[in-house]
Amino acid sequence: MAIREAEPVGSLGEIREAGLDREDLLTIYRTMLLTRGIEERGHILYKQGKIPGSFYTGRGNEGASVGVATAMRGEDVGTPLHRDMGVHVTRGVEPWRIFAQYMGREDGPTRGRDGNVHMADAQLGLIAMVSHLPAMLPVAVGAALAFRIRDEQRVAVGWFGEGASARGDAHEAMNLAGVRRLPVVFICDNNQWAYSTPTHLEYACETLADRAQAYGFDGVVVDGTDVLAVYREAKRAIEKARGGGGPTMIESMTLRMEGHAVHDDAFYVPKELFEEWAKRDPIERFRSWLRENANLSDEEEDEVGAAVKRILNQAIERAEQSPLPDPSTVAQRVFARPEDLDTPHHK
Amino acid sequence: MPELTYLQAISDGLRQEMRRDKRVFVIGEDVGVYGGAFKVTLGFQEEFGPWRVFDSPLSETAIVGGCTGAAIMGLRPVAEMQFADFISCAWDQLVTVAAKQFYRVGTPIPIVVRLPSGGGFSGGPFHSQNPESSFAHIAGLKIVCPATPEDAKGLLISAIEDPNPVLYFEHKHLYRRIKADVPEERYTTPFGKARVHREGDDVTVVTWGAMVYTAGEAAQQLEGDGVSVEILDLRTLIPWDREAVLTSAEKTSKVLVLHEDTRTGGFGAEIAATIAEEGFENLDAPVMRIAAPDAPVPFSPPLEKAFIPQVENVAAGLRELAEY
Repeated sequence: MAIREAEPVGSLGEIREAGLDREDLLTIYRTMLLTRGIEERGHILYKQGKIPGSFYTGRGNEGASVGVATAMRGEDVGTPLHRDMGVHVTRGVEPWRIFAQYMGREDGPTRGRDGNVHMADAQLGLIAMVSHLPAMLPVAVGAALAFRIRDEQRVAVGWFGEGASARGDAHEAMNLAGVRRLPVVFICDNNQWAYSTPTHLEYACETLADRAQAYGFDGVVVDGTDVLAVYREAKRAIEKARGGGGPTMIESMTLRMEGHAVHDDAFYVPKELFEEWAKRDPIERFRSWLRENANLSDEEEDEVGAAVKRILNQAIERAEQSPLPDPSTVAQRVFARPEDLDTPHHK
Repeated sequence: MPELTYLQAISDGLRQEMRRDKRVFVIGEDVGVYGGAFKVTLGFQEEFGPWRVFDSPLSETAIVGGCTGAAIMGLRPVAEMQFADFISCAWDQLVTVAAKQFYRVGTPIPIVVRLPSGGGFSGGPFHSQNPESSFAHIAGLKIVCPATPEDAKGLLISAIEDPNPVLYFEHKHLYRRIKADVPEERYTTPFGKARVHREGDDVTVVTWGAMVYTAGEAAQQLEGDGVSVEILDLRTLIPWDREAVLTSAEKTSKVLVLHEDTRTGGFGAEIAATIAEEGFENLDAPVMRIAAPDAPVPFSPPLEKAFIPQVENVAAGLRELAEY
């Protein structure tokens, strides 16, 4: 067992070896921009009073979420959290449905039954989170158990934060996964702040990845602002799990660049920390990398930027046309009927 | 038709479903090699292998959460809590995740959690509880409480078939004490249909689980006094058979609601309130509740006897109602 610090990705050749061609890299770049765009535009809609409840963003985590999701295969499943919008976008959740979700409309993945990032499209292999973190880790482990029972070459990916690492669900999930070497990868989005609580008040070990060793599997610390390093490490861990090598914990280091939710100005985070991590913005970092290593041209950049803007405009327009849910349906569909089992998974 | 104990009937139903449907698997503490604390799954691991009869670490949260994940992936998990009391450790996974997932995102969670419940053998505060009413309050969970061997099998198969999380409360005191004919073939017992345990005209007892037999003995005592008691075994609490209760209330005009769980906020309160709301005109006496007092389940035999409703308590209640 080893706790490893992942190196950054140096060249186009190196990332090609990890399975991505130039087209893939441009897709990743576009997906990261779209991810940030969805949250920025969502924030504006929130300020306009068009989004009820609260509003959460994953600013600073776009590289980590897109990197992991890109490393997953279509048949793999995951339980992304509220900083992982990039996972939904990478897996193909249409942006207009995300805006409909934000606005509590009938066409959001939860049809207005739940809000903000509490959503997932099961058809795309995603399982919707609950607020009680890290309650989704045992669920991800259960998915991995199903793969193992059926002898399928599939992997489950479970996300949690450094705050949630303090709760028992994380321990039970990782322990069971380790004991049975289940095909699951644990991604810790360590953004250094659990609401206002800093890491030194959440855990006493040097890195959370250290804990992997105690559960009998590998732990890796990766710079979460480096999308390619995250991708490479996630790919390695996922394929290892697929091959019967058991779980891995990847601790992805970022800084939560905004408050816990938009009502929170994060006064408790030192200014210098924000300034330091702003220099490591994952999108800007990847853009520079693409210019240096993959000849990203001005025209390409403009094209991607314009395409993202177009998608966002159309998405918001379409979402605003989605009806609000009918109040008379409030107590309907509490229980599933046998015909509701007719999903791809249950067939 | 073979005669089976309540416990054998549970095993029989589970084994039949596992043979018929490869998606069904069992997970819990000591369910494999040991066959479960009460031996419900004795011999299962030899037949179905260690992955379908899965010995989990001591991790109720991982068991129930794991069931949810496996169910979303298309399996039909049947979890065993070693004692119903330990479900508190998995509250979040049941109540926060499994119960709400279908309403929130349209993903059915077809899981069964088997819960050996109930007292009567000095199990003390942590091996004797009947926590069904806590879960009856949670939208999205179904609750099953079989009283007979035949129902134990039929309701378990219905629970496995059901596309929702189902809490299957199996009363430990009935495991080896109750024996009856159980059909060999596969059958299901529908949810939400009460069973008339005993027909009568003067007073109705609405109950479930082991209290069905307590009510039965009390009813026999009343027979000597010329009072004819009807006993309705609800079989399932969510959903529960309102119609059968209201119909019986109309017939006898006097109702005693009886349960082994504690009184305040117990499911009996819901039944009594429903009768008051919808059957008031048919009543000749106030609805009476007999339940455990609002206290933890005590250990020492005289205390436990004072806690769990006894035949004489029920008989006294029935007499009071009959004379009202």
